[in-house]
Amino acid sequence: MAELQFREAIKHAIDEEMGRDERVFVMGEEVAEYNGAYKVTEGLLDKYGYRRVIDTPISELGFAGIGVGAAMNGLRPIIEFMTFNFAVLATDQIINHATKVKYMTGGQISCPIVFRGPNASAGQLGATHSVSYDSMYAHFPGLKVIYVSEPDDAKGLMKSAIRDDNPVIFMESEQMYGMKGEVSDEEDYIIPIGKGKIKREGDDVTLVAHGKMYHVAVQAAKQLAKDGIECEIIDPRTVKPLDLPLIIESIKKTNRCVVVDEAHPFGGLASEIGFLIQREAFDYLDAPVQRVCLPDVNAPFAKNLFDIWFPSPKQVIDAVNQVTYRN
Amino acid sequence: MAIKIEMPKLSDTMEEGVIAKWNVKEGDKIEAGDIIAEVETDKATMDVEAFDAGVLLKIIPAEGDAVPLGGLIAVIGEEGEDISDILANAGGDSPSSSSETEKETATEEAEEPSEEEAKTENSSSSTSDNGRIKASPLAKKMAEDKGIDLSSVSGSGPEGRIVKKDIESFKGTSSGGGLSKPGGTAATSGASFPSLESKEVKVSQMRKVIARRLSESKFTNPHFYETVDIDMKAAMAARSAMNEANEVRISFNDIVVKACAVALTRHQAINSSWHDDIIKEHGDVHIAVAVAIDEGLMTPVITHADKKGLSKISAETRELAELARDRKLAPEQMEGSTFTISNLGMFGIEEFTAIINPPNACILAVGAIRDVPVVENGAVVPGKRMKITLSSDHRIVDGAKAAQFLNTVKNLLENPLSMLL
Repeated sequence: MAELQFREAIKHAIDEEMGRDERVFVMGEEVAEYNGAYKVTEGLLDKYGYRRVIDTPISELGFAGIGVGAAMNGLRPIIEFMTFNFAVLATDQIINHATKVKYMTGGQISCPIVFRGPNASAGQLGATHSVSYDSMYAHFPGLKVIYVSEPDDAKGLMKSAIRDDNPVIFMESEQMYGMKGEVSDEEDYIIPIGKGKIKREGDDVTLVAHGKMYHVAVQAAKQLAKDGIECEIIDPRTVKPLDLPLIIESIKKTNRCVVVDEAHPFGGLASEIGFLIQREAFDYLDAPVQRVCLPDVNAPFAKNLFDIWFPSPKQVIDAVNQVTYRN
Repeated sequence: MAIKIEMPKLSDTMEEGVIAKWNVKEGDKIEAGDIIAEVETDKATMDVEAFDAGVLLKIIPAEGDAVPLGGLIAVIGEEGEDISDILANAGGDSPSSSSETEKETATEEAEEPSEEEAKTENSSSSTSDNGRIKASPLAKKMAEDKGIDLSSVSGSGPEGRIVKKDIESFKGTSSGGGLSKPGGTAATSGASFPSLESKEVKVSQMRKVIARRLSESKFTNPHFYETVDIDMKAAMAARSAMNEANEVRISFNDIVVKACAVALTRHQAINSSWHDDIIKEHGDVHIAVAVAIDEGLMTPVITHADKKGLSKISAETRELAELARDRKLAPEQMEGSTFTISNLGMFGIEEFTAIINPPNACILAVGAIRDVPVVENGAVVPGKRMKITLSSDHRIVDGAKAAQFLNTVKNLLENPLSMLL
């Protein structure tokens, strides 16, 4: 096991795949000369040259479109968005083209492309830079959506994403890039898309948390353990396809569930998971499923308001107390 | 079109009713508003009124049989109407706590017993207005697996929802089913045997409630007891004076009720109840007075006792006790107490301890006034003394608080005029 930063784990995955398959290339704003806005692509230009590590103008719709066209013609692009908040400009290419071309051509044309970059809030950045888009992309048939929480997951799932023959949204976080963690040094380390992981075992309540929220759940679980409440934390890692059997098995053991999600509440991943649980594990529930997510309000800038807006371990603890009838 | 008459909810805590008496028989013509039966609930015997007119086609439970809330008790319709469908479907609704033979019949009649059981679950509740039992899906499944009748489990979740831990900690069998025997009417009429034969007495609704509530209280609330001896000379003199000048006859119990009511306004902690996260210290003083009746015990409530004068307390107590003995108390006359007084003085009991009447925090047990020698100014003189014992729930009330309250009651009784302050 090697200890790597989150950004290094992603880079290793991209590097390994570029070395393995010369159809793989990287494109985006500042990815080449500047080594990436968050240094995820550091050193790749030196290693692979201008043909395969391409700086673009500030035009998300444009370079996403070039990427989609390249993928349709047999290449395997990795498109970096400086944040998925900017990728909103490129959604016509992502949602209408990359996602639907295989379906609309009866399978004749595939679009093996990875759109990657940081997702959701990164602190006080205001309303237009703080949105979590994973639930939105997961809404569309034909897209796979990954939002990882730890370096090891990032490496194994990035390699799977690059090899996948379908468009994949791969989400990271500005606030996690510097985070260190053990990463498997197994050769060609692959984590299959659609496989979640039980990251903490417990009998009292199941916490489902992915991306940055996984770390919020971990803090809450540590605090709750002091009171004798043992949380089982499941990181689905892949939002779509969702590893539902893993969640259901856990709920059959704990009988209670809190979903921690960084998105707004309406129509988000937390609602979907809540629905699936009541359908698949109705007889095992001892309390209604609760969720901790953003309020139905845009991100505030002011620090005091932001702290209330953003899901906290305290909110998770309150929700756990509710489902375990400890109030 | 035949109309089903179901066991109505006649009190807030009623889970089942026993048919005390049928006023009609099959084939009778019935008008809307007719009182067709009397039902013994956990609190009182109440009338069941027909809301529709027609011919009484079928009576289902016999007198003495218990029927859960919502259970079918009769069918009315047009003469000769075919009601076999209704009777077949009634399987699941038939009394869960009634005789075993009836249970078997119910199972035979129902094509799919499990589905019928589910219906029973939904229709025999005490926890919400529409009679539905609130239980988590897991709790329902666990109860089904263990053969526990959900209506006999009390829920600890929000709005009384039965949850996993309630099923896990449930001690008991399905609601009262094991004890009743076929032909249960016989047991109630066998009171006059001269010899001491062994016999089985069917547990009445009232006794079931007493059993459940007092066990719960005694086993859940950590009781402790404090006794104080009170000089009753002044109270006796005051009582004689008042009764001479008045039409009403004021009893010692009325004076104790008044003294407690006044003391409770000064010691609000005693006038409270336990609700897990909070203790409710009640703003009103409603005192329940235990009244012994043949079948058991009732606790009618004198509301706002602190604001009522002795003559009013006296008159109300008399009236409520009479209603209790006739079992004509309305449910609202037995609800909402914040404190309870039990008096066995008339039986010559010197002192005793009482079990707290939930959700009260305390109950006062009042003994007899005794002629005893007492020492006054160094000389032994005849005295009149009464012992009162306060049972307190230690979760709410501590020893010193209980003692302060008792001292206030003692001072009030020893100086009756101070009650006027």
